[in-house]
Amino acid sequence: MTEPLLVLDGLQKSFGALRATDDVSLDVAPASIHALIGPNGAGKSTLIAQIAGTLKPNAGSVRFLDKDITGHSVPKRAQLGLGRTFQVSSLAMAFSALRNVMLAVQARQHSTFRFWRPVRGDRSLIEPAMAQLERVGLAERAHLPVTALSHGERRQLELAVALALEPKVLLLDEPMAGLGGEDSQRMTEVLISLRQDVAMLLVEHDMDAVFRLADRISVLVYGRVIASGSVADIRASQEVRDAYLGE
Amino acid sequence: MLEMRNETYLNVGIALLLLAVPLGAWVMDESYYITVASRVAILALAGVGLNLALGFGGMVSFGHAAFFGLGGYAAGVLSHHAFEGSVFLNWPVTIDGSDATLTLWFAAILLSGAVAAIIGMISLRTSGVYFIMITLAFAQMIYYLAISLPTYNGEDGLPLYLRSSLPGLDMSDDLTFFFVCYALLLLAIFLSVRIVGSRFGAALECARQNETRLSAIGIAPYPVKLTAFVFSAMITGLAGALFVELNGFVSPSILSWHLSGEIMIFVILGGVGRFYGPIVGAALFIVLETVIGGYTERWQLFLGIILLGVVLFARGGVIGLLAGKARHD
Amino acid sequence: MSAAFIFEQLLNSLQLGVMLFVMAAGLTLVFGVMGLINLAHGSLYMVGAFFCAWVAGETGSFWVGLGAGLVAAAAAGAVIEMLVMRRLYDRDHLDQVLATFSLILIFNEGTRWVFGAQPLYLDIPAGLATSVPLPGGGGYPLYRLVIIGFGIATAVGLYLLISRTRLGMQIRAGESDREMIGALGVDINTLYTLVFAIGAMLAGLAGALVGALQSVEVGMGEPVLILAFVVIVIGGIGSIKGALIGAILVGLVDTLGRAFLHKLFALALPPAEANGYGAAMASMAIYLLMAIVLAWRPKGLFPVNA
Ligand SMILES: Nc1ncnc2c1ncn2[C@@H]1O[C@H](COP(=O)(O)OP(=O)(O)O)[C@@H](O)[C@H]1O
Ligand SMILES: [Mg+2]
Repeated sequence: MTEPLLVLDGLQKSFGALRATDDVSLDVAPASIHALIGPNGAGKSTLIAQIAGTLKPNAGSVRFLDKDITGHSVPKRAQLGLGRTFQVSSLAMAFSALRNVMLAVQARQHSTFRFWRPVRGDRSLIEPAMAQLERVGLAERAHLPVTALSHGERRQLELAVALALEPKVLLLDEPMAGLGGEDSQRMTEVLISLRQDVAMLLVEHDMDAVFRLADRISVLVYGRVIASGSVADIRASQEVRDAYLGE
Repeated sequence: MLEMRNETYLNVGIALLLLAVPLGAWVMDESYYITVASRVAILALAGVGLNLALGFGGMVSFGHAAFFGLGGYAAGVLSHHAFEGSVFLNWPVTIDGSDATLTLWFAAILLSGAVAAIIGMISLRTSGVYFIMITLAFAQMIYYLAISLPTYNGEDGLPLYLRSSLPGLDMSDDLTFFFVCYALLLLAIFLSVRIVGSRFGAALECARQNETRLSAIGIAPYPVKLTAFVFSAMITGLAGALFVELNGFVSPSILSWHLSGEIMIFVILGGVGRFYGPIVGAALFIVLETVIGGYTERWQLFLGIILLGVVLFARGGVIGLLAGKARHD
Repeated sequence: MSAAFIFEQLLNSLQLGVMLFVMAAGLTLVFGVMGLINLAHGSLYMVGAFFCAWVAGETGSFWVGLGAGLVAAAAAGAVIEMLVMRRLYDRDHLDQVLATFSLILIFNEGTRWVFGAQPLYLDIPAGLATSVPLPGGGGYPLYRLVIIGFGIATAVGLYLLISRTRLGMQIRAGESDREMIGALGVDINTLYTLVFAIGAMLAGLAGALVGALQSVEVGMGEPVLILAFVVIVIGGIGSIKGALIGAILVGLVDTLGRAFLHKLFALALPPAEANGYGAAMASMAIYLLMAIVLAWRPKGLFPVNA
């Protein structure tokens, strides 16, 4: 039952002399949030990129749903149910929010190679897409182009797009970064409401949010996992305080 | 919303204008202008093809003359064999020449599509400036091939003595031929509208804007772009077949890189990613050629200056100027 | 097939290769530093050839003509950089392609206007119009050897310029980071104009040198431009080393293809057909080379990180 969905085993990634990922092993269990914390430049985004497939690790493996996906392309991983958001939003800027999500819905339906029927007015795309926008609280802004959305709204849209893929595991790279108190509060609520359906690997600096959300926390420093455990363990760990929390 | 309506009116106006010119010429018995209108329609069709790749898919192909020329050669060579009564190919299958219009069109579409699949497979592994140069280089390769292969007269080209035959229509009548070109042009635009508006089109437009995003949601950009590239080449190839029929002549000049540049100009002058833009671009180009060319031999100098001005100062092309920014929703 | 023939073909390959390098170096330098794709590079080649031929005709000295060709090409380069290119650095490649394509139209018609529609002829300088004996018999035109010498000198000169001088340091800084170079206190506009003029001068040099082997005519730069594109695509756009290797490869494949492919076909086909297909294959050879390199390495042999 608690067989982990995502398992990283001995991942290594170097940029020249810099070891951005140094022998990282961790896993994400079903219906849980595994938070990854660590100072800037610790290698969190690099790790996410290796899981999502945009970077190839030098060594080690990524297993997802009991399959070795280390050699899989980005789209293939996404199709298997690995969703992600980017630390810096990456969306189809000329499209409306709704069209961004509709595209993800069509990807989920494996129906891209259809050339005739207009997507405009296609309820089998619009309805699921609107549902996701509502879920993240963006329904009223659905018809605005991405360029007209605020920074916080783009983060919410990233999440809606990822959710439209109905992923088994979500990789979230600093979803609260740059959000105001209210937005960040809402994002936290949304993530809590999702936990039952989607397991998450959450990179986040906002410690309040992390302590509220996480079932498990791993601390990454200079590419290495220096500690991993429950929220209580990490709060208590002297090593983490020294290395990271700086108390 | 208002801008959208403006563009729609503008499009209807453009289509009607292109229809009105040859009709007027026919009334006044000026058959030269019917031919000019056919040229505009054919070149616009080539532009509609490129627009699918460039305007909607963001693939800056600088080698579309290859597809235009291949379409032209496919039609021209088959028609040449039909006139000679010889076979085109003996082995592994026998292929005779043909003067049936539909066969020629089919051959043009098939050949340009097949070659585009090969060129696209290699070129689309790259992007940006590499893609531009590689498409250019492959087109040059085909150009030199046409020049150096002696079978069809190399550089001198082939005169064609036969008009093809389309059941029920007299293709040698200038006005009828114009209507055929015009109908194909509108059909191609209609197909583009459907394709761009479809699920496939959504993925294609996302590939143009942000490939990382497309991959991240599980759609591989490569097959999407390759498919669009092949469609695009097929439309341009069909235009090549019509062009050869219009001129009664096929030569490597329709494969030259100047032509690739000109097809691009049609798209840009009209407005990148505007369905009716290539008509405006091609018409403007031909008008400039005819009007300035009437005053001075140096019309290319002025064309260059005007084009430079458009690129530097009037991005969005004519339709952009008249109808405002493109709307996406 | 004698050894002398093969040796001669190898020298021809080298001559084509070094000229392509001189041409491609300017293109790739401009791309590396400014991120600009310049189709009008072939026009600068043409400007170099025309001014060289004209001044050489007026003064009777090829060398004075060569100097004039270099100056004219560099000046033309500086002027178009200041008037046009500068507005294009921040634009996408499509705008750059179209603007520089327009420049080709302008240059072509402009040259026809100034120099007339007839080609000009440029004689090989007196004293170089002889041939030197090749080992194994036969002779080789001295002028072509001189061209090879110029090409090698250019390669060495560029290497020294980039690795040893202050300007070279600024160029390298500009390649890696535009802001950094501003921070170094360098006037970026002047640097860009200078780099562009150097690239233009190289194109002019190639045009003037090759002008003495062919007729000097409008449009002469375009086939060379496309070959230079093939070269830098193979070498890796932005890499001067890549341009050198790419140019030599293209020179070899093209020359040897033309010299030997029809002989290869003649083993299987009657002579007339063998010549036809041999020529056709030879003209495609470098593009096939490019396709193979790209299928293997999509960013060329020496990829430059953008
Ligand atoms: N493509 C890259 N090339 C070279 N170094 C990189 C690259 N990507 C990240 N780095 C370096 O790797 C380290 C980890 O970066 P990153 O994963 O973005 O950290 P984090 O997300 O934890 O802030 C940093 O020192 C960064 O400079
Ligand atoms: Mg990060």
